[in-house]
Amino acid sequence: MTLQLVWFGIIALFWLGYLFLEGFDFGVGMLLPVLGRDNTERRVMVNTIGPVWDGNEVWLIVAAGATFAAFPDWYATLFSGAYLPLLLVLLALIGRGVAFEYRGKVDSERWRRTWDRVLMVGSWIPPLGVGLLLATTVLGLPLDTTGNRVGSPFEAVRWDTLLGALAVVGFSLVHGAAFLALKTSGAVRERARALALRLLPVALLPMVAFLIVVQVRAGQVWTLVALVVSVVAAIVAWLRLRADRDGQAFAALGVVIAAAAVTMFGALYPNVLPSTGDPANSLTIAQAAASPYALKVITWVAAFGAPAVLVYQGWTYWVFRKRIGVQHIPAVHAP
Amino acid sequence: MDVLELARWQFGITTVYHFLMVPLTIGLSVLVAGMQTAWVRTGNERYFKMTKFWGKLLLVNFAMGVVTGIVQEFQFGMTWSAYSRFVGDVFGAPLAMEGLVAFFVESTFLGLWIFGWDRLPKRVHLACAWAFALATMASAYFILAANSWMQHPVGVEFVNGKPTMNSIFAVLGNNTALAAIPHTLAGAFSVAAAFLVGVAGWHLWRRRSASDSDAGVHRDVWRASLRLGAWVGIAAFAVLAITGDTQGKLMFQQQPMKMASAEALCHTEKPASFSILAIGDVAGANCEDVKTFTVPALLSFLAHNDFSTEVPGVENLIGQYQAKYGTNYPNDPDLGPLAGKPIDYVPNLPVTYWGFRAMIGFGAIGAGIGLLALWLTRRGRIPSGRLFPLLLVAGIATPFIGNSAGWIFTEMGRQPFVVAPNPTGVEGMWMFTAQAVSKLSVGEVWTSLISLTVLYLGLGVVELFLMRKYVRGGIEGVLPPPAHGGEAGSDDKLSFAY
Repeated sequence: MTLQLVWFGIIALFWLGYLFLEGFDFGVGMLLPVLGRDNTERRVMVNTIGPVWDGNEVWLIVAAGATFAAFPDWYATLFSGAYLPLLLVLLALIGRGVAFEYRGKVDSERWRRTWDRVLMVGSWIPPLGVGLLLATTVLGLPLDTTGNRVGSPFEAVRWDTLLGALAVVGFSLVHGAAFLALKTSGAVRERARALALRLLPVALLPMVAFLIVVQVRAGQVWTLVALVVSVVAAIVAWLRLRADRDGQAFAALGVVIAAAAVTMFGALYPNVLPSTGDPANSLTIAQAAASPYALKVITWVAAFGAPAVLVYQGWTYWVFRKRIGVQHIPAVHAP
Repeated sequence: MDVLELARWQFGITTVYHFLMVPLTIGLSVLVAGMQTAWVRTGNERYFKMTKFWGKLLLVNFAMGVVTGIVQEFQFGMTWSAYSRFVGDVFGAPLAMEGLVAFFVESTFLGLWIFGWDRLPKRVHLACAWAFALATMASAYFILAANSWMQHPVGVEFVNGKPTMNSIFAVLGNNTALAAIPHTLAGAFSVAAAFLVGVAGWHLWRRRSASDSDAGVHRDVWRASLRLGAWVGIAAFAVLAITGDTQGKLMFQQQPMKMASAEALCHTEKPASFSILAIGDVAGANCEDVKTFTVPALLSFLAHNDFSTEVPGVENLIGQYQAKYGTNYPNDPDLGPLAGKPIDYVPNLPVTYWGFRAMIGFGAIGAGIGLLALWLTRRGRIPSGRLFPLLLVAGIATPFIGNSAGWIFTEMGRQPFVVAPNPTGVEGMWMFTAQAVSKLSVGEVWTSLISLTVLYLGLGVVELFLMRKYVRGGIEGVLPPPAHGGEAGSDDKLSFAY
């Protein structure tokens, strides 16, 4: 039981890492046409996340891979049950990933505009889909006795899961604006900060609403505490932005998403995927978990691998810690 | 088409496509790290230019490899959820390890390498290149360990009716995997090698005339690249042949039907002859109609290292398989039209027979072109005929085709199993492909199959266009433009930016 619980926690942590890290690089992509007035400014924005977005995306891959290894039934039921939303995420991530690499490879205005558009759309859709997926796993799907989805391909798309989708989109938007305020200088920074200030109270509303829905349906006392922490951290983030302390605001947003994850996964426990039909068909941690031996194996791997990841990814952020402004951007150079 | 067929097409298309990028990435990452090492050690500009040029092509290609790789991982849960449930206890572990131990390193250190040219000390930056290169090979190892388990399940027992892992060391040390890894890595190096030979050979030929203003400047870069590629290609082919032979011998023990199908060997032969080419329909009902050009007793040698051993044919194996693994599918409504039907144990013979030959043939042609390129460019020569660049550029395709054919052969040859039975392993530890697929609607899988295929085709066109552009751009295309002297604050610029 203990290792099963540990892995439930580790998977929650992987999702948190993903929402926190790729959250801001999604936000940067979403805001590309809003905050970047010309190509140089857009390049400033793209280059704030250039060295790190790929490493951030691996958190999604590891969250999925760890679920496969530690809770095969959870992985199988959730991923096949939310087939079409996940497909949309995949298509968007494919376009986004190549857009980073390709947008500067040809010196043509039309070429760049096209890839900027792909980058923007590819940054809006995945948080929407990932939010939907996480909301689905917390709030459930209609399941049969074999753990398969019953009903139409769109069972995962409901008002409550859509609220979860909007929550992640709204958070990414604010998080990205705060990140840009922290990582850029000059006009882009001013615009990003002003936008973050104006956006924050509105964009975080779906998250608060979603957490309240989760709390009302399946919450505990301690998940309520986490919910309150999340809201307080959001207010702190806004105050710190107003005080012109970008770093502290960004950190406070980290607390927002961490506390939100505690509420979500706390409410999910001891299930990994509740059944919205017959509750007897809900997938629990104990039912979905891999064998004790398999869990022991991946625990050893994670015990050595995960701290190393934190160290070298942390180092990456340290190496590229400088703010970037238009003066740093080299001339366009393509053959 | 039903969900099973659509899901199989989707898996095949996305996998083969993904595996066009992967071997080039693996091979090039190691070669580029080697070039950079040469530069750091000798300070020779030639190696710096090689690092920059081949590194740029590596990046264009790596982006595609990553994004198509996510599809591969998600697909198990999305399209093959019954498979994921059944084997997750053992199959999930190597996949999770790939992410945690290898892929994190790959993507983080690649970012550091691309953007770190002016931020990191020279040696630290070089270490990032090696971290990336080694991690790509580690990725390959974990993925192949997972795949090899599907070919030859080991390290498992049944607990409450489910396969349960009892030894991760057996899974990671599976003899099928240990043979597949050097074979696949050598295949990756042969792809990168042919790429170097083709691109560098074309540049060398184009700049052969001394009147070309920068011919003298960069000729040594292209020459060194071409010869490096040729040697690597020849060495890789040697490894491919040796490890291929090892794999073949294992396959005769572990999946006799796959090897019999590779040879389209109808009847048991003693000694068995090796078929080089066939005329006629190898899958025809009457295999006496097929004329094959054979080498006597060679197949016996390939199977068992002597020239007289009996090699069982397809017709004889069917009976053995039926006795061991049943004659009919279970009468399970989940199996749809296949429920209760007889099991066809013979894989698609034209695909396995010709896939096997294409794998070996195109691999050999690639190595042959490398050999020829070495001879033609000996002692500073550059052939002036048009045939030379044409041949080398066309040669780029050969190991790609060889690799794809090899994968198609090894995966299709395993059918109708998704987890092939281990003849000496746990009784009952196998899974039919028909049982592995998710309970989805046909519409869902059609949607994904069409949208993924269309997107992949579109991106393939863009990638080819960009690769061509950067290949033609040569060294000048990847080096920063000459700085205009005295420009204020120019040293404050990033040396690399998207």
